[in-house]
Amino acid sequence: MAATFDIAMQQTKLEQDGRAPVVVVEDVHKTFGIHKVLDGINLSVKRGETMAVLGRSGTGKSVLLHLIIGLDTPDSGSICIGGRNIAGLPLDRMGEIRKKMGFLFQHAALYDSLTVAGNVEFPLAHHRKEMSKSERRDRVKQLLAEVGMEGSSEKMPSDISGGMQKRVGLARALALEPEILLLDEPTAGLDPISSSEIDDLILKLQHERQMASIVVTHDLHSAKTIANRLALLDKGNVVIEGTFEDLQESDIEFVREFLKQS
Amino acid sequence: MSDREIIAGFHSPTSVRRAETTPSFIDLAMKLVSEFFEWFGSLSIFCWKVLCAAVTPPYEWRELIRQLDEVGSKSFPLIALAGAAIGVVISMEARYSLTRFGAKSMFPATLVYSVIQVMGPIMTGLIVSGRVGAGMGAELASMKVSEQIDAIEASAINPYRLLAATRILACILMLPLLTLAADASGLLTGWFAQTLVEPLSFHQFIESGFHGATFSAFLPQTFKTAVYGLIIGTIACFQGMRTRGGAEGVGRAATNSVVIASLFVILADVVLVKFILVVFP
Repeated sequence: MAATFDIAMQQTKLEQDGRAPVVVVEDVHKTFGIHKVLDGINLSVKRGETMAVLGRSGTGKSVLLHLIIGLDTPDSGSICIGGRNIAGLPLDRMGEIRKKMGFLFQHAALYDSLTVAGNVEFPLAHHRKEMSKSERRDRVKQLLAEVGMEGSSEKMPSDISGGMQKRVGLARALALEPEILLLDEPTAGLDPISSSEIDDLILKLQHERQMASIVVTHDLHSAKTIANRLALLDKGNVVIEGTFEDLQESDIEFVREFLKQS
Repeated sequence: MSDREIIAGFHSPTSVRRAETTPSFIDLAMKLVSEFFEWFGSLSIFCWKVLCAAVTPPYEWRELIRQLDEVGSKSFPLIALAGAAIGVVISMEARYSLTRFGAKSMFPATLVYSVIQVMGPIMTGLIVSGRVGAGMGAELASMKVSEQIDAIEASAINPYRLLAATRILACILMLPLLTLAADASGLLTGWFAQTLVEPLSFHQFIESGFHGATFSAFLPQTFKTAVYGLIIGTIACFQGMRTRGGAEGVGRAATNSVVIASLFVILADVVLVKFILVVFP
């Protein structure tokens, strides 16, 4: 009992120091039908750190994010968020952990029946009951201003561009002030200028909020810009993990080929 | 396999491998039987999740009110119109048949019993399963394929509570009220159609129609539609929330919602009529 308490205290102290990883993925396996997507993957991300997960299409990058936020469950292995294994947690208890996480979907996944402001307000209306309507409105304004969307609050998601939808999705992901931010292809399908704007925005938010972020991307340039560490996935596992320089210096054939083609 | 995969009807490795070989008749029959049980299994898990979500706080009152409006107010004109048409048809048919058998005086009671006990409930159930079942199935399916349901879950909101429980409850509460509307509309137009041929005061019509009737003759028939509501809401939400495969999947979910809900409503009617006859003889 005392030992458990000591470990918990140590974990909390490390977390406060920012030295303990807040997301730990250990030996995770996931299979869909006969297709093995993740094959014993290991990853960890600390507070204030941004990890970019790279790899070819279908290597399980998005699946990994879905597992981390609990939208799917691993076949085996463990995923710990803030020191707590989330595998098999019931929906409502998982909800408590999800409040500390923000998720930007690949296609933004905005609620098409709500306005831009309504989308950002949605998590606040459900989880910040103590906030008055005007406080919520001010917070939405502030969030939209942070992502440069203050002028579009009354527009419907279908009336704004893909890049703008991603910005709104990001504002919604930040609404509950998450400690962990998961971004699924934040720059996919965007022109180079919009991509660069989104990268700058992520960097700015990272600098201001010191979240632990995992960014799934195909865009090596974007990964290099926003991430402290990169992990390259192939056949359901991490081929190499390190800084961009580590990847450049690697003599693994797949890494060299990936960098050459990107 | 996770609950989400079970609800989504994810194919097991065995079923995928089986599909790769040329299937024989026995294989097809086995596949059909296994899919049937898989569907019921998934439906049971879905119902359990919705039930757990529905009885635990926080309660989604705002969404419930929105759904009550969606199911109730917006179905009201269609139900009233269909009820009116049924009233006229029964009035014409009953008058003709009763006159032939010299039982014209039985007309008000025939109309009242036909509309309230038989036609009103089943007609309301089938119309709502068409209008609301298709709408809910398509709406939730579209939300599913565009990851909006995942986004709700990622925002730490239980989608079974917000989307399914509210819709199912709205159907349960609104079906009996819509049935009353259909009944009232049918009786009014039935009486009106009769008056055009042979003047009969409304007071006389009601008095004669409900003469000797007890509450137990009509209330169970009206409130059995709450079960239809449960069926329509559950099937539509289940089909919508397990959709896969883009626009085609959305279309399939809407169609399946209507077809399966209508079929179950008709089957439930058979069971409920027998049950009511036994319990309220």
